[in-house]
Amino acid sequence: MPVRRESKRTGVFTRRALLVAGAQLTALGVLGAKLYQVQVVEGAKYATLADTNRISARLIAPPRGRLLDRSGVAVGGNNQNWRALLIAEQTADVGSTLDAFAKIVTLADHERARIERELRRHRRFIPITVREFLSWEDMAAIEVNAPDLPGILIDVGTTRQYPFGASLAHVVGYVAPPNESDMGEEPMLALPGIRIGRSGLEKFHDLKLRGKAGAVQLEVNAVGRVIRELERQEGTQGEDITLTIDATLQQQVLSHLGDESASAVVMDCRNGEVLAMATNPSFDPSVFNSGVSQAQWLEWTKNRRAPLINKAAAGLYAPGSTFKMVVALAGMEAKAISPWDKINCPGFLDLGDSRFHCWSRGGHGMLDLHGGLKNSCDVYFYEVARRTGMDHIAAMANRFGLGVPLDIELPGARKGFVPTRNWRIAQGHPWNIGDTIVHGIGQGYLQLTPMSLCTMVSRLATGRAVQPHLTRSIGGVIQRGARAEDWPSLGLSERELHAVRDGMWAVINEEHGTAPIAKLLLPNIQMAGKTGSTQVRRVSREAREHGFKSEDMPWEFRPHALFVAFAPYDAPKYALAVVVEHGNAGAATAAPIARDIMTDVLNRDPAAHREAPAQRVAEGGHSG
Amino acid sequence: MSVTERRLIRETSFGLTGKLWQVSWLYVLLLCALASVGYVALYSAGGGAEPYASRHILRFAFGLTLMLSIAMVDIRFIARLSWVAYAGGVILLLMVAHMGHVGKGAQRWIDLGGMQWQPSEFMKLALILALASWFHRASWERMGNPLFLLPPALAVLVPVGLILKQPNLGTAVITAVVGATVFLGAGLRWWKVVVLVGAAAAAVPLAYNHLHDYQRARITTFLNPESDPLGAGYNIIQSKIALGSGGMWGKGFMQGTQNHLNFLPEKQTDFVFTIIAEEFGLAGTLAVLGLLTVLVFGGMLMALRCRHQYGRLVALGISMNFFMYVFVNVAMVMGAIPVGGVPLPLISHGGSAMIMVMIAFGVLMSVYVHRDVEFSDGREDG
Repeated sequence: MPVRRESKRTGVFTRRALLVAGAQLTALGVLGAKLYQVQVVEGAKYATLADTNRISARLIAPPRGRLLDRSGVAVGGNNQNWRALLIAEQTADVGSTLDAFAKIVTLADHERARIERELRRHRRFIPITVREFLSWEDMAAIEVNAPDLPGILIDVGTTRQYPFGASLAHVVGYVAPPNESDMGEEPMLALPGIRIGRSGLEKFHDLKLRGKAGAVQLEVNAVGRVIRELERQEGTQGEDITLTIDATLQQQVLSHLGDESASAVVMDCRNGEVLAMATNPSFDPSVFNSGVSQAQWLEWTKNRRAPLINKAAAGLYAPGSTFKMVVALAGMEAKAISPWDKINCPGFLDLGDSRFHCWSRGGHGMLDLHGGLKNSCDVYFYEVARRTGMDHIAAMANRFGLGVPLDIELPGARKGFVPTRNWRIAQGHPWNIGDTIVHGIGQGYLQLTPMSLCTMVSRLATGRAVQPHLTRSIGGVIQRGARAEDWPSLGLSERELHAVRDGMWAVINEEHGTAPIAKLLLPNIQMAGKTGSTQVRRVSREAREHGFKSEDMPWEFRPHALFVAFAPYDAPKYALAVVVEHGNAGAATAAPIARDIMTDVLNRDPAAHREAPAQRVAEGGHSG
Repeated sequence: MSVTERRLIRETSFGLTGKLWQVSWLYVLLLCALASVGYVALYSAGGGAEPYASRHILRFAFGLTLMLSIAMVDIRFIARLSWVAYAGGVILLLMVAHMGHVGKGAQRWIDLGGMQWQPSEFMKLALILALASWFHRASWERMGNPLFLLPPALAVLVPVGLILKQPNLGTAVITAVVGATVFLGAGLRWWKVVVLVGAAAAAVPLAYNHLHDYQRARITTFLNPESDPLGAGYNIIQSKIALGSGGMWGKGFMQGTQNHLNFLPEKQTDFVFTIIAEEFGLAGTLAVLGLLTVLVFGGMLMALRCRHQYGRLVALGISMNFFMYVFVNVAMVMGAIPVGGVPLPLISHGGSAMIMVMIAFGVLMSVYVHRDVEFSDGREDG
């Protein structure tokens, strides 16, 4: 039955073909449903993932704010840093490009090794720095030879520049690449070439100087190559900060310090603006920008003149005779003495079994306050201290900014130390009357910075509690403290202050004062001041009597020489403090330096050199 | 054969013009539409007509000519060559096993005529022809005879085994499924179908142990693509992102970020569907999927329309083969199945695959053109 057989076979085929078609339709339907699921239901998720794939957000570092001196001269600025970069994929042979580069601009072996290391580490389209800080000659040579240098391109970055270099290194500070512990808080710090303040004002004002990072959204492909820029949000440039420092004066002051291991502070005594703060020896702050070598670091830290320390703000010295004004004022306020009370100086003061010598072996005879300060008589101040008591002296010292924190914008600044009886007793020792007596001439446990001594003189000269400060304006806004009225009165009697100033005037300007050498050679302007020399090592009486001279001792055992002063005497404007480490006598070493500095200050009159006053005055403290 | 039936059967032979009239020009038009989709996708993949799109359309023109030429060849002549083709396919597979190119961990390519060919593609067509030829003379009763089924079963297993050895799991599975479909259409008893499916399911864990590392990796990453996002899972993740980010209407022609920023792997070949998905969205993918479905069912209709068993089985096999390409490729780019190395026919860039697909469509069209010819099954009672 051929027809029946054929139809049976055909029927089976038809049914099964339809079955297969049904299965195919089902399978394709499932695919369609799955496409709907992926493309529409989960579409948003995958769209986000696609954007995550293609968009790479990168931060752009804004230029760091500049630091300007009081007349607007940059003391910390940004320099353009012309660099030669190499993009490996743009040259057929990296080796021959580098060979050609080495012929035009030298390329040391270790530089070449670094370049090859970086080339291995990065993808071929990432630019590698070949050479930084190109000179104009180098750049011209590279441009001329461009055809021989495929893959080399020149671009410009910024680098921190300190036009006044070492002379302002301790005040301005320096920047250095951030380390890993700095990174956590701020993603901007991970950018290549970024620097943060590590010392001085660069560190104190770091956040303001840094500014806010901008961001750029880049479209990148699968291997990370940038295809185009989608969006750019410029950052906020760091703020320019104007300092109270006068950069020219700073250099003059430093030059007067000569080769001594010394420091000097000059302030506008009416408002506490620090006009110069010089420390010698110093260091080149730009070295930290690129990294300090081990040898350089060892040389700095082993040097007993300690070039890295800001001696003006962090160096601690016994004030010696420069402390005598504070003792006198404490005595007058405690009603222990009056300016015209006379005290006899036979050359020594006996107290029980102890005998305290005056620096003048023959003694000064009968002295009032004027004579005591003029001659810097030790016995006079032994007696004043004995009558006044340590706690009154310490309280007065604190009012003059000694032994208390000063609001100076230097991270390394120290407050020094003024002892009290309770402090000694808390240590488990008795406070003897002899202790009070040695503190009467600024010895004992006293440890003060030149910065605080200058503050002391400023307060003496003006009777106001001025605070030393270094920041005049931030982003054009004058900070509080620029006017004398910003500072409260010390609350001391003008009569007593005048008595002390009068004594300081006599030190320089009267016959037989201790520092006639400091007399200004300027018409109609007089300076008042006070010497100080403080022993680093105790000298026995026998040695003294056998014609001992401190100049014969090794350098590090010689006494420190100090001098504090203000001028003009009749209308105080400027105060200064000079400390010469191991300079022997204050009168011999420090006083001439002080005279020369004050002469320059008065000639230059830096208080008049300042930017135009801004309309606004910032709220809060002067340091912002 | 009854008189009425004889009347229905066309002339045993008819002229070239008559044959051309019998070609399904609608089907040809649909193929051209699909190739145009390929042109658009490859234009986007290459960022212009070069390097993929223009070559794609040239190859298609060549393939179309080839297809129409084959369509003119009498199906009975093709049937006579079935076993010759089969033998040739097996020889090519043996050749590739000994001297073929190794690419991506598998030895599956052979150089011929300046192009690289995968003999396994040719083998699938030859297998369909050979099986159809064998079952062409099989009555319903004979289909119940196990001894009669043994030679065609071997004819399936030999090439499947050789393709597995390459190794090319995807093509081996497709070959086996296509062969099984021809068996099914020929009238294999249902219980045997059930046994076969069961045996195949049981073989899965056995087969897994014999897989190459790259194949196992593919399965592992299929199950959890995020386990290795930059390695083996990268392709799947990026292709799913491209697919999904297309949304309903897509990002627009040439606007696909995954495509143009090179996140898409092998985008012009196996993953070309993701370009369509990213740039034209669900609308585009469903349209293309619809076009492919129409082409599959067109082939199935040709099978149903054919009056001889050989043609029916050939058309069924070729349609199934085309369907398997589409299903495996689309499911693969969606990360739904762990298979690789299967292009999307007429859309993916690749010369030899295109030519083979067009040859198969030529045979299909020959079946259609010769759907009513008298084709004796060689039995005396016919």
